[in-house]
Amino acid sequence: MSERIVVVGASLAGLRGAEAIRLAGHAGPLTLVGDEPHAPYDRPSLSKHVIAGEFGAGATTLPNLVALDAEWRLGQAAVGLDAVKREIVLSGGEQLEYDRLLITTGARARSWHEPLEAALTGVFTLRGRDDAEALRGALARKPERVLIIGGGFIGCEAASVCRDLGLAVTMVDPGPAPLARILGISVSGFLRERMERAGVEIRPNAKVRSLTGEAGRVTGAILEDGAEVSAEIILVALGAIPNTDWLDGSGLAREKGALVCDSHCRVRDESGFIHAEIRAAGDVAAFPHPLYDDGLTRLEHWGNAVAQGAYAGRALVKGDDGPAFSELPTFWSNQFGLTIKLAGLTKGADSLAFVQGSLKDGRFIAAYGHEGRTIAALSFDCARWLPAYAAAIEARAPFPPITGAVDQLTRLGPIDPAWPVAQG
Amino acid sequence: MSLSTLFDEIKDPKNRPDPYPLYARLAGHPVVRQEDGTYLVSSHAAIRALLFDPRISSADLPPAKSPPTGNPFKDWILQPIKDEIVSRHRPLIFRDPPDHDALRRIVMTQFTISRVNAMKARAEAHLGELLDKRCGAREICVVEDIAYPLPVTIICEMLGVPREDEPTFQGWATQLATALEPDARHDEETQGQTRATFDAISAYMKVLIKEKRRHPQDDMLSGLAAGTEAGAMGEFDLIATSILLLVAGHETTVNLIANGMLTLLRHPHELERLRQDAERAPRLVEEILRYEPPVHFRTRKALADIAIAGEVIPEGAPVVLLFAAANRDPARFAEPRRFDPDRPDNQHFSFGGSLHYCLGAPLARIEGEIALVTLARRLIDPRLVDDPPPYREGASLRGPKTLRLSVDRIA
Amino acid sequence: MRVVVDLNRCQAYAQCCYAAPESFELRGAEILVYDPAPTPEHRGRIERAVQACPVRAISVEFDDTIGTAS
Repeated sequence: MSERIVVVGASLAGLRGAEAIRLAGHAGPLTLVGDEPHAPYDRPSLSKHVIAGEFGAGATTLPNLVALDAEWRLGQAAVGLDAVKREIVLSGGEQLEYDRLLITTGARARSWHEPLEAALTGVFTLRGRDDAEALRGALARKPERVLIIGGGFIGCEAASVCRDLGLAVTMVDPGPAPLARILGISVSGFLRERMERAGVEIRPNAKVRSLTGEAGRVTGAILEDGAEVSAEIILVALGAIPNTDWLDGSGLAREKGALVCDSHCRVRDESGFIHAEIRAAGDVAAFPHPLYDDGLTRLEHWGNAVAQGAYAGRALVKGDDGPAFSELPTFWSNQFGLTIKLAGLTKGADSLAFVQGSLKDGRFIAAYGHEGRTIAALSFDCARWLPAYAAAIEARAPFPPITGAVDQLTRLGPIDPAWPVAQG
Repeated sequence: MSLSTLFDEIKDPKNRPDPYPLYARLAGHPVVRQEDGTYLVSSHAAIRALLFDPRISSADLPPAKSPPTGNPFKDWILQPIKDEIVSRHRPLIFRDPPDHDALRRIVMTQFTISRVNAMKARAEAHLGELLDKRCGAREICVVEDIAYPLPVTIICEMLGVPREDEPTFQGWATQLATALEPDARHDEETQGQTRATFDAISAYMKVLIKEKRRHPQDDMLSGLAAGTEAGAMGEFDLIATSILLLVAGHETTVNLIANGMLTLLRHPHELERLRQDAERAPRLVEEILRYEPPVHFRTRKALADIAIAGEVIPEGAPVVLLFAAANRDPARFAEPRRFDPDRPDNQHFSFGGSLHYCLGAPLARIEGEIALVTLARRLIDPRLVDDPPPYREGASLRGPKTLRLSVDRIA
Repeated sequence: MRVVVDLNRCQAYAQCCYAAPESFELRGAEILVYDPAPTPEHRGRIERAVQACPVRAISVEFDDTIGTAS
């Protein structure tokens, strides 16, 4: 009898993983389990065109690139795993046996920490297509002001959409400038100016103490310094948490909530035992990236879900002969008329150089270095130069990586990326 | 024969009908130094890396006030207008960012989707007329009768050159295109002709631009002359750009159509499928671009030492990007010598890539598609008179000089 | 029809916008906006867009029957 493969988590990583499972030659039963009732859909447009009302959330269903011939268990969350019996428990109580398992349960939005306040009408998080559909409806009713808590990518993209819709926006950012934790203040200061020019009211280095409400509807927020912001809509954009609660009691090891994987996406249990028959990929997985030696890496990137999903799916079928997963992390964001692209990871960078273009032009490549090595490159509207820097990062090139280039200052004079002081 | 003189062989006109065995000899040698210090780059991976490498420059003209170089294109540009002006107003194909980007952005505001797509109907009508003219003939030359006249008409229409001036433009385009070849004849007579053509077209454009300023119409030149939301071009840049659009869009498109028809006649099954299903055209055009590219290589310059594929290309070295070889790189394409329009992931370099990606690509695709579909439908039982056909001298802009077909009739 | 573009790969060459202007649009310098669920009559133009993309970033599924709940 042929082996049964189950994929838990029917989003991008799960879909690409399932496709890779078929491409790798698995002809036996294949089951995809997803907690949402929806077929796999594409998330990046949710925080852009969907909440802007340009197209419906239903339009984001992802194309299958391979005929899957799979059994779909949608709207049925996995609630438990017995790694010894090789069995998954579904929310309805049903048990699903597997021979090999791919875990791609992703992450969920971090909700507002005070449940009663979080439950107020008008308080949103943005992660799934239902979230996006709800927020779109709320924005379409032209609220007086939208308050965005958090200065990460989702918050920035949502702020951009709100301004496009002509809505007043306040962003309460725990850092000194939006995206400062990822890009450093030297770059994100530029973004902050651009956002302010576009009409976003930014409250830097600020935190929300509590949300206020009236008759079950949110009316605004009180900041830690006592300042009040009134808003009809509040978007809580404080990052995401890996979906691993369902693995409580399974014995699988977790770090900061993420599944601990080895270099081949195999999961480890708490005793350190490697389960070759269980792989994980996408937002849920923490793994050692060969370019970034400092501990485990967890990525919430679209590109990583695709690449790691495909890698893990293939490896699950083929075994472990292939090279370790080493895809260079890359992502993009569109906001305020800009395309921001990052190759590599900026974490730990001690120097920054604008290697092409300039802040003044509003188009540039900024390279990030760590102890003399190039670890990341950031593009603001310069996508066609990025591949050269991506190649330099993969080659562990010295910093700055490319000199003597066109449209490059003769003296690069690396500067401090200026990381914000760690937030609590 | 050593690989260090392979580029000479590639340029030798006797290899024009089939340069591909020469490219195949470069397999396993992605970057090869030639005796004269030029570097020949042939693998898909190496070309991609260099296309996106900011240390590769397109600004290949010598500084102002240099003596004639013997390279006709340089002289063609450099001689007729004063050195000082020219050095600041080269066509954007020979410029680097930020200037290149600024100019290109301006041009793109006028190379609009609606303007380009409006050329479909124009191309169809013009092809119809060209074929009607040959109605009753038992022989047709795809190059002379079809491929040569079409692109000039289209680019004239895009720019806004009055129709009555098209024949004059036709002659200029032919003259200037031959001058683009790095290995074209550059004897006194040819150079003289090229200079005269350049002077004539410059003078013509100058007058036309003035006219467009006075009486703007819905065409690229009027838009560019009036200034755009991406900025305005000066007069010299405008002239240089107009000439570039004419020249760059001409012989390349001729080659696309002629190479395409030749390839289809060598693969009659595909010709028949196209006749029955015009929706095959996009795939066919892309595969023709890969298989028989209109431009075989472009030469750039290294601005710094570049380590690649085990070699170091030294600063200042000319770098030949052999797109046609990369298009048949067995490491990138399964069965690269097979003509297969259904090939998945057909990522060829026939329009170059990165910042200098062919600006006219959408127009070329339209012209190629419509020409091939029309020829497939209207030529009844076409047969090649000569196979291989005679080729023009150019090694980079490579294509048949004539492509004579005998036909039962023209429908 | 279902379309997804790998926007990591996309370098804003806009070839898809010329091929299928109803389904692809470039905003600003590099923002590609596309219709992820074009109707079947766009099939020919979407196919052109797929073929014309210089970085092959566009994936399409023409068959809508896969991926529905069982």
